Parts: sequence; structure tokens; C-alpha cells
Amino acid sequence: MANKTILQAINEALDQAMEKDESIVVYGEDVGYEGGVFRTTAGLQKKYGEGRVFDTPIAEAAIVGSAVGMAINGLKPVVEMQFSGFSLPAYNQIVTHVARFRNRSRGKYHLPMVIRMPYGGGVKALEHHSESLETLYAHIPGLKLVIPSTPYDAKGLLIAAINDPDPVIFMEPKRIYRAFKQEVPDELYEVPLGKARIAKKGEDITIIAWGALVREVEKAMELVPNINAEIIDLRTISPIDQETIINSVKKTGRVLIVHEAVKSFGPAAEIISIINEKAFVYLEAAPRRLTGFDITVPLPKGENHFIIEPKQIAYEVKNIMAFKA
Amino acid sequence: MLFEKFDPLKGEMLQILDHKGIIINDKLEPKIAKEKLLKMYKTMVLGRVADEKALQFQRQGRMLTYAPNIGQEAAQVGPMAAAKDEDWLVLAFREFNAMLYKGVTLEQAFLYWYGNELGSKYDDNVKVLPINVPIGSQINHAAGLAYASKLQKKDEVAIVFIGDGGTSHGEFHEGVNFAATYDLPMIVIIQNNQYAISTPRHKVIKSKTLAQKAIAYDIFGIQVDGNDPLAMFVAVEEARKRAIKGDGPTIIEAVTYRIGPHTTSDNPKLYREDKEVEEWSKKDPIFRFKRYLIDKKYWTEKADEQLYEEHKQTVLETFKKVEETGEVPLEDIFKYTYEKMTSNLKEQMAYYQEFLDKKGENNGK
Repeated sequence: MANKTILQAINEALDQAMEKDESIVVYGEDVGYEGGVFRTTAGLQKKYGEGRVFDTPIAEAAIVGSAVGMAINGLKPVVEMQFSGFSLPAYNQIVTHVARFRNRSRGKYHLPMVIRMPYGGGVKALEHHSESLETLYAHIPGLKLVIPSTPYDAKGLLIAAINDPDPVIFMEPKRIYRAFKQEVPDELYEVPLGKARIAKKGEDITIIAWGALVREVEKAMELVPNINAEIIDLRTISPIDQETIINSVKKTGRVLIVHEAVKSFGPAAEIISIINEKAFVYLEAAPRRLTGFDITVPLPKGENHFIIEPKQIAYEVKNIMAFKA
Repeated sequence: MLFEKFDPLKGEMLQILDHKGIIINDKLEPKIAKEKLLKMYKTMVLGRVADEKALQFQRQGRMLTYAPNIGQEAAQVGPMAAAKDEDWLVLAFREFNAMLYKGVTLEQAFLYWYGNELGSKYDDNVKVLPINVPIGSQINHAAGLAYASKLQKKDEVAIVFIGDGGTSHGEFHEGVNFAATYDLPMIVIIQNNQYAISTPRHKVIKSKTLAQKAIAYDIFGIQVDGNDPLAMFVAVEEARKRAIKGDGPTIIEAVTYRIGPHTTSDNPKLYREDKEVEEWSKKDPIFRFKRYLIDKKYWTEKADEQLYEEHKQTVLETFKKVEETGEVPLEDIFKYTYEKMTSNLKEQMAYYQEFLDKKGENNGK
């Protein structure tokens, strides 16, 4: 057991999974020789050769489309989209094929594959490098969407995603790739998909977040020490862990959902619907969401208006706590 | 080397059997066993009969939309006869004859067009990917299959079909570039049937031939008379040898013609002259192949009449069986979304089942 960053945890997960299972291949743009623009795949090509770890043409549809063929023909591809904003040329493959092969062939074929993509803002990047596109993927039947928020989960969830018989979109919060370390077991382990993590137990209000925002919520709650929030790290956006959400809301009666994805038709809208359907009578205040505005993520000089800060989360929490029916 | 002799930029096209069924290039005539030649021919006739019947079934409202193959039988059966059982067949959607030759049953093929996904659940040993509706995207699947074959040192190739229209798609470029870059065992068969629905190929593609697109990827591309089953066989056999050796992918442009409509929802009279269809009908692949087989004394007119009669019966009986399958059970539309049904899906299915059980009556409760 050693202290590792999310980045190191992902690299270790890939390395150990490849060592154990020869059918795993890792590829994408600059993934091989360089080890990826963020170095998540550093050292893998040297260790496993150019056949299993390789650089591809800048052709996202080919990266994902070829993974479909590989998954059918005995391999387990783990491919990388350099940034989630550049996954869109592959979106046709993901929506029309990756998500559907099992159903289309009535189970003759299925696709054990993972599509990794760094996502989210806060790194002062150029256009198309800061998007949070959860909705685009969570909306598609047949896909799973997983987002870790800690080094421990990053390793365990990625290994679970690789071992899963169905295709998994694995979004990595690049803002916290190197932000902090946590003790991560040296061996292979799985964190089950479809299960949220209760990051902190509490009674007053349920706060649901994922990815880089979980830490922001934790920081926010330090600003309001008199409020005892239950913090849920969703970990898997789809299929969503309804049970953990509902159980928490039944206890607290108040909910805030925090995500960086834009507001309209975003994941929070879905979560609030679930709460309305299943825990309506337990609510003591209208469920609220703190999200990205319905705009294009601004370039760095305007980005701070868009990024959600702990102070803003605390402000929102106080509003909900003050509500009396 | 065969491919060097046919320069796609000079419009040189491989042809062995002319439209009358006469061998015009005896040096290239393949030595195919009688049994295999007859299997090829019988599959083409079955495809033709099935096509004609399918059009009737559709007009009678007994079948969904259907994409006919009439006139393109040789372009599909020739390649499959040159393929091995271990090879992959990656479909676009107008490859009915190729599917039948590769082991998809007539019942499965019909069941798909009848509107049931079970029609794409081919038998376990049949290495065929389901019909691929989004144009051009199947090329990348084939490239991936071929990558896996190469990495795992399996002696197999991926044969992928696409139409002339599909070659305009970005994914065509991405897939061929990918396969060429890693020298993958992939064979692209372009069924150039001259039309992308209503749009003539020359109106939307500047290239003189589609085979010449290979030049950009530094691989071989060859134009073949797509209505000549022997030429298609020879071209694919050669491409396969090269692919297995590690020489990479090949593009084979099968020059053919879609005698029927794009699908049963299409009226080709709106965009093409009868005269053009008549001209192409004279180049019919089945007609010329029959002559060849009769000249070789492998076949007779009498056997031919009998074959059509048998196939008609088979088609009618098979379609009757397909019609008896009826509606898809409720559970089937949910249970193949993931390996295990999620609680969300279970809930949605249970909700609808309850609605059905109560026949919509809930007395306001």
C-alpha cells in the first residue's frame, strides 16, 4: 500500500490488468510511445509491446470502431479519447454500435471494452478541452458511465470496468489527476460498478456529486460546520444507484446535486425526477441543483465564472436548509 | 502479381466470364471444384428467388421494408466462395447472397427483414456481423476484427462490404487508413451498383474509379466486373493470400448494377431510364454463370428448372415459418441491453407488465 494520485492509480490499474490478462489492448492518440498527453499510459508500451499498446491515427471513429471489432474477436480494448470534447467524432460509433451490439445480435456478440476520456474544466485549457458530457453518454441505453473521484476508486472502478462484459465509458476528472494522494492497495481489486459511495454520513441534507466536484463539496462543508451533510459520490452515473440516493433522501428530506455539466437536461434533472418518483413525501424542501450554466465552457479568462467553487456550494446548502414549507 | 495488371487509374477491369458466359481470359480462369461451383450457383439462384418473393411479401404487407439484391448476386457470392469458414463477413445491408453462402440461414435472414432482432443471432460458428445500417461505419469494425486476428496470430481475414455511396463517408477513410497502417488482413468489397438511393455515383464522387481510392493508402485496389462470379472469386482469393501473408488490405470495386429499387420504399423510375436497366439486365450474373456451367457439362436446363421450383418452395415454406414467429416477447426487448438487467430496466418492464395485466384498468388507484 502506497500513496498514489488518481493518475498513478489509473496507470497502475492498466498495467496490472494487462499483466494479468493478455487479451487487453490499450490504444489511442499518443497513447503508446509518449504514454498519453497526461501520461496515464506511461511505460505500458515498453512493457507490453507495440502490438498491445499503440499510437493511432487521429481518427476517433476508427479508434472506437476498431475496438468493436477487437472486442468481438477475442480482445478487451481499453481505448482513450484524448479529451471528452474530442470523443464526438466517435459518437456515431458509440451510440449506433458500441451500445447496441449485444441487443442487435440478441446476445451472440457483446463488447467487453472501455472508452477512457479525461473530462471537465478548471485546467485553463483551450476550447473543447473542458466539457462535461455526462448526459450524452448516460442517455444511451447499453452504455455504462463511470466517474471516479479518488485514487482508490480510480483503480478499483477501472479494473471493474475492464472486467465488465459490457462497454463502459470511463470519464476521468483531469483537474484532480495529480491534485492529491491516497493510500491505494498494490494488488488488483474491484470497486463494483453501479454502486454509489457515501463519502460522508450525515443527517441534515443529501449532497450528490461525482468526479472533481466531490472534493469541492467536502471543502464547502468545512465552511458550514454546523450543517451535517450526507455526501454521496455517485461513482457510476449510469446505471444509477437509485437505492443509495433514495435511502439518503428519506433520511434527510433535503437534496442538492452538484455537477459541472450544463444545467438543462443534465444528470441532476434525472436524479431529481427519481427523487420525486420515489421519495416525494419525504421531502422537506424542493430538491435543488448547482450546475454549469447553459453556455459553452468559457476560455480561461472567463472560466472562473463557470467553475463551481466551495463557497457557492455552501451558499446553496444554506438556502436549502433555510427553506421551511 | 494479378493486381499490378489492372490499373484502376487506366480503367482496367478484371473480367474472366463475359456477359454471354464465355471465358475471355482463360489464363485467369480459377480451378474451382464442380461441387463448389454448383454451391455458388445455387446460392445465387436462391438469393434471386428469395429477393423476388420478398418484394411480393412486402407488397402484400407481410414484410417490412426490404433491400433487394437482384443483379448483384455474383459480387456477393464470388467473394464468399473464395473465403474460408474462419474468415469474418462484415455486412452493410445489401448482401443477402453473401450471408446465405457464409451460413446465415434463410429463416434468419428473413426474420431480420420481418422485424425481429433474433434474425441477427446467427448460429455460433457463423462469423458474420449483423446488418449494419449506418453507412460506412462497418469498415472500422472489420479493421478491428483484422487487428485482433493479426495480434492473436489467427489465419483469418475480415471481408467487409460497402456500397459506392459508402465510400464517401469519413469512416471509410478512417477504416481503410487504419487497416493499411498496420497491414491488417482486411478485404474491402465495394459493391458499386451505380446509385446511392437516387443519386448516381458520378454526381457525388469525382474519382474515375472507386478502386483508385486505394492508391492514397498505398495498398492495391482493383476494378472487377462485379457480375462475373469467377472474376470476383479470383480477386478475393488473391487479396486473401496477400492479407494472410501480412501484405495488408485490398480494395476490390465490384462494378455492378442494382436492377431493383434501393428498398421497397423506393421508386427508381423517378431517377433512371428503363433503357439503362435493360442494358444492365443483359449483363445478368446468373444468366452468364448458368451458361458457363452448362458449357462445362456441370449443369442442365432441366436441372435449372427444377432448382427454381425447389427454391420457390423453400422460400414459401421458410417465410411461412417466419410469419408464425409473431410478436417479440416483452422480456426480449429489455434483456439484451446489458448482460444483467439493471434494476431500472426491471422496474420499467414490471411497470408495463402490470399495465398489461390490468388491461389499463386501475380504478383510479
